[in-house]
Amino acid sequence: MSEFFTISVLVATVASGIRLATPFLLAALGETLGQRSGVLNLGVEGVMLLGAFGAYYTTLETENTLAGILVGVGIGIVMGVLYGVVTLAFKAEQGISGIGIFIFGLGFSDLLFQSQVGTPLPIDRLSELEIPVLSEIKWVGEMFFQQHALVYVAFLLVPTMWYLINRTTFGLNVRAVGETPEAADSLGVSVDRTRYAAIIIGNALAGLAGAALALELGIFQQNLTNGHGFIAIALVYFGAWRPSRVMAGALFFGMVSATVLQWKTLGIVQGTTASVVAMSPAVLTIVVLVFVSRRIGAPSALTRPFDRGR
Amino acid sequence: MSQKRLLARFAGPAVLLGAVLAAALVGAIMLAALGANPWTAYKALIEGAFGSVDAMADSALKAMPLLLVGVGISIAFRAGVINIGGEGQIIAGALLSTMTALALPDLPRIVLIPLVLVVGAVGGGIWGGIAGALKAYAGVNEILSTIMLNIIAVQIMNLLLRGPLIDPGEIERGSHIPQTERLSENADFPIMPGGTRLHLGVIIAILAAVVGYILLFRTTQGLRLRAVGHNPHASRYAGMPVKRNVVMALVYSGAFSGLAGVVLVFGSLGHRLTTDGGATTFTGAAGFNGIVAALFGGLHPLWTIPASFLFGGLLVGANAMQRAVQVPAALILALNGLIVVFVVSSIRARERLATWASEMRVEDESSPPEPPDPDRELVPETPG
Amino acid sequence: MADLKPGDVMLEMKGITKRFPGVLANDRVDFDVRSGEVHTLLGENGAGKSTLMKILYGLYKPEEGTIEFRGEPVDISSPSDAIDYGIGMIHQHFMLVPTLTVAENVALGLGTGSRFTQDLGPVKDRIRELSEAYRLHVEPDAYIWQLAVGERQRVEIMKAIYRDVSLLVLDEPTAVLTPAEVDDLFVTLREMTGSGRGLVFISHKLHEVMDLSDRITVLRSGRVTGYTVPAETSRENLAQMMVGREVLLAPNRTRVEVGAERLSIQGLNVESDRGTPAVTDFDLSVRGGEVVGVAGVSGNGQRELAEAITGLRHVESGNVLINNTDTTNWTPKEVRGAGVSYVPEERMRDGAIGAFTVAENLILLNHDAPPISNRGILQFRAIDTACSDLVSRFAVKTPTLETPTSSLSGGNIQKLIIARELSSEPTVLIASQPTRGVDIGAAEYIHSVLMEQRADDVAILLISEDLDEVMGLSDRIAVMYEGELMALMDREDATVERLGLLMAGVAEEKV
Repeated sequence: MSEFFTISVLVATVASGIRLATPFLLAALGETLGQRSGVLNLGVEGVMLLGAFGAYYTTLETENTLAGILVGVGIGIVMGVLYGVVTLAFKAEQGISGIGIFIFGLGFSDLLFQSQVGTPLPIDRLSELEIPVLSEIKWVGEMFFQQHALVYVAFLLVPTMWYLINRTTFGLNVRAVGETPEAADSLGVSVDRTRYAAIIIGNALAGLAGAALALELGIFQQNLTNGHGFIAIALVYFGAWRPSRVMAGALFFGMVSATVLQWKTLGIVQGTTASVVAMSPAVLTIVVLVFVSRRIGAPSALTRPFDRGR
Repeated sequence: MSQKRLLARFAGPAVLLGAVLAAALVGAIMLAALGANPWTAYKALIEGAFGSVDAMADSALKAMPLLLVGVGISIAFRAGVINIGGEGQIIAGALLSTMTALALPDLPRIVLIPLVLVVGAVGGGIWGGIAGALKAYAGVNEILSTIMLNIIAVQIMNLLLRGPLIDPGEIERGSHIPQTERLSENADFPIMPGGTRLHLGVIIAILAAVVGYILLFRTTQGLRLRAVGHNPHASRYAGMPVKRNVVMALVYSGAFSGLAGVVLVFGSLGHRLTTDGGATTFTGAAGFNGIVAALFGGLHPLWTIPASFLFGGLLVGANAMQRAVQVPAALILALNGLIVVFVVSSIRARERLATWASEMRVEDESSPPEPPDPDRELVPETPG
Repeated sequence: MADLKPGDVMLEMKGITKRFPGVLANDRVDFDVRSGEVHTLLGENGAGKSTLMKILYGLYKPEEGTIEFRGEPVDISSPSDAIDYGIGMIHQHFMLVPTLTVAENVALGLGTGSRFTQDLGPVKDRIRELSEAYRLHVEPDAYIWQLAVGERQRVEIMKAIYRDVSLLVLDEPTAVLTPAEVDDLFVTLREMTGSGRGLVFISHKLHEVMDLSDRITVLRSGRVTGYTVPAETSRENLAQMMVGREVLLAPNRTRVEVGAERLSIQGLNVESDRGTPAVTDFDLSVRGGEVVGVAGVSGNGQRELAEAITGLRHVESGNVLINNTDTTNWTPKEVRGAGVSYVPEERMRDGAIGAFTVAENLILLNHDAPPISNRGILQFRAIDTACSDLVSRFAVKTPTLETPTSSLSGGNIQKLIIARELSSEPTVLIASQPTRGVDIGAAEYIHSVLMEQRADDVAILLISEDLDEVMGLSDRIAVMYEGELMALMDREDATVERLGLLMAGVAEEKV
């Protein structure tokens, strides 16, 4: 264990933790916006898988990671529109429809992977983007400023999302619609339009999260995300629907994952312990939920479809 | 029966059929895009599922775990709890019953089979009960907790099958395949007469469906479960122990899935518990597909019987389809997901049709309730 | 559009017809409003008043009929259309977002600033201006959840004034106010009509209607049954137009021998959901054969009091005794076992399960015992017999026992709940807002049932914000304000004025 506690290893672990947190953070921020508007999307996992495959396949064929990213986001947008229709036009039960999308994403991404690619061919990974000057600071530079582009995007999105929710008219509408949609409706705010926008942005971010995952790992396989999407949803609850706290949660999970990986690499854990350790994100999620589940702060209209005149 | 009333009766099934057809259409498009002929593919699918006595037996075999999980899901959903933990509960039941068979191989068949069934149900019930307790006493959203418990169960299974439960023969041979040894013959599910591979499990599954139906609609416990599912506030005011009902809902639900695990192990050809580390290899994704079957059966245990047979057929046929047109069986999983989405989307439409077709809405047992809302608040603890 | 002089017709609704499944909510209704007047829409619950105004506000679309505003035909398909025309609505259930501030609620939908930025500064300033001008005190930075009911209503009115409405509809605005607050409200409303606005006042409270209105339109079962003005009518006359027959405004009361003390509340302290005190040092006793009415505006601890007595809420300190047994903090089941029945305030949330059949709701309490069930198995024949009996005894109008309860009207659901509760032959009955949202026929029936129980030596605690009901039914009257018992008096000593002051928190001098 002493090998773990050297500066260079710790720094590398932190850097890795930040990188691993990115897909969680992206998906969770998207889900936060959606849930603030009153819509629960349990299909995040499915959208991430589809976005991951899209990014993977595009990069495989074009050798262009940017194209991969764009395709991932595009898939997210399409799924967002689909989920919007299901939730707002058909007013389907949000929990179950989300699981349906998850199953669909799981199957469809696997289907495409097996039929179009077959074996897990590696792809180009996202290259590091060094921030000039800042990246050269000892230790700190390596931890924070030598990450790939999507990491910066994800963390910049935190204040952006905060501003969007709290300082724009759209954000006011989102907050109103997620708490008391009747009130917003009675003042002429279109509940459905606001929710569509939130859902589409949220799913676009989920698609981006999937792309980030695939492009970080440089690979794709069945069920690549393995619960990441659901953990992201748990993070939204954990963060009490506030972007800054969601970020804290995502970093926490990233660090845990990075630490586990580092231990494996250093040989500190192996074999059966590996299984135990592979469980840890799931166990941690449950522990987190137990402590956070005083649902003060949940948007009151969450999962309730809006019918005018009811 | 007035014309409108007649229409109301058929509104439900008609819309369900529409959902399946819509999914089939999407599937056809996907098949065509992948270069396969949809006709050929669907033909292979249906033949592989129902084309011969053997095929139907295989479909029934595949349907058994779906039915068991589905009955459990119906109970849970009607009690207001969304149980996505079928996978984990199956594994828990399978593990516990396997360990029992390994520990007591010499018990006579007449004792051992019922024993492993009971133990399996208990195992699944406990795994479900954990999520139930988390929801009732810590307010944890059960969708998230059951999914996490799935992941944990898979890892526990990996751990045990690579460790203490591994077939000693594997260690000798050095191959280390994560599987148990061949379990006691006394626990083999007897094959049903008729020359197919159909075994006792099908009787167990159908019996379980009947038990599930009686539980939900003919017992006081079932009344309480449904009451809490519809309206926990009023149930509390009526003096019902809401939290306990929530836990029991997941216990019952988990127990049925646990039974599915037993059926999967002791009815299998290899008569052993085996995995390859993957999340759904052992269960065949029955934990998820069972949800589809339950929804399709209108959350009614008896209607889930034909629904699961249908979906079992789809899964069996998918393999035949893969052989015929080289399209991976994962297509069916994707289509199942779409069916869930379509069915759930159609519930409002069905309601409106039903209202339109009758002045006063009259509910019969087969009209499906809405699936529950996981984030609806549980009422605060009562004093004393 | 021409500017209107006072007295000119501002709004004309002609031939409005609106159908819902199984119900004709509005049947060729003609209704008009003049500039500068208060026009009351009177009718009992379900008469169609709210529906008519929701059509005006764009929340519903009528099957037939036309609307003209300021002389021009208008098509209103959504609230934003209504707002554009200058029509505002104060809803019965406030349309406010609790987690946002007053300013944010007022600004909602106005698109101040661009889509991307939002500047609430000018909004807050204007709110303060209007506050002064109309004597409508609201604090722009306060969060709605911090405000009491009367203040929230002021915010609702501020929203309308801010948007410069010329026609304002108020849907049962006084339901949640003390008599003093009602007077304040009427002052504000007179200010508004003084500047040429038209007001539609929806109500079923006859004395207020007589006080405030310039003109009155009465609706019954979706149709107009009369147009009148206060000078040419009376409360009895209005009641008759509302119901179509002679109405007994106060039920028959017989002399009843008062029996033993059955319910005793001693020094009760109960907390609200937020952890603040909801009931403070409350003492009250109810004897068999008497009705003790607890008057008070909703939200002053009545719900928490009822829940504490019935075991649904924790008692911090103090005691509850039922028939001399200490039942403090017993479970709901145990309290029922002690002989207590409860008709809750929110019947569809707490009293009945909408999706359950009538029969299932009726057996909700006694499902665990024979003959309804035997060792856990439900006995359907026994259930049928028992439920048919209850349904006929309590006049619950339902097509079958298998009908889902949500299909029934409010009055019948309430009768169902009462039937269920009384079938256990309680010695103590707690009735909370028993006739709220119930048509007059059912309300009359419920009152007679309560009187029957009283004659049967049952101790009845009647909690109601309807002063007519409290004064009509009670033997003794208590007033509850902010969780405290303000006063307890015999019925003969109670007047609307005296109760009104107490309800508003004005304590009486001890003589």
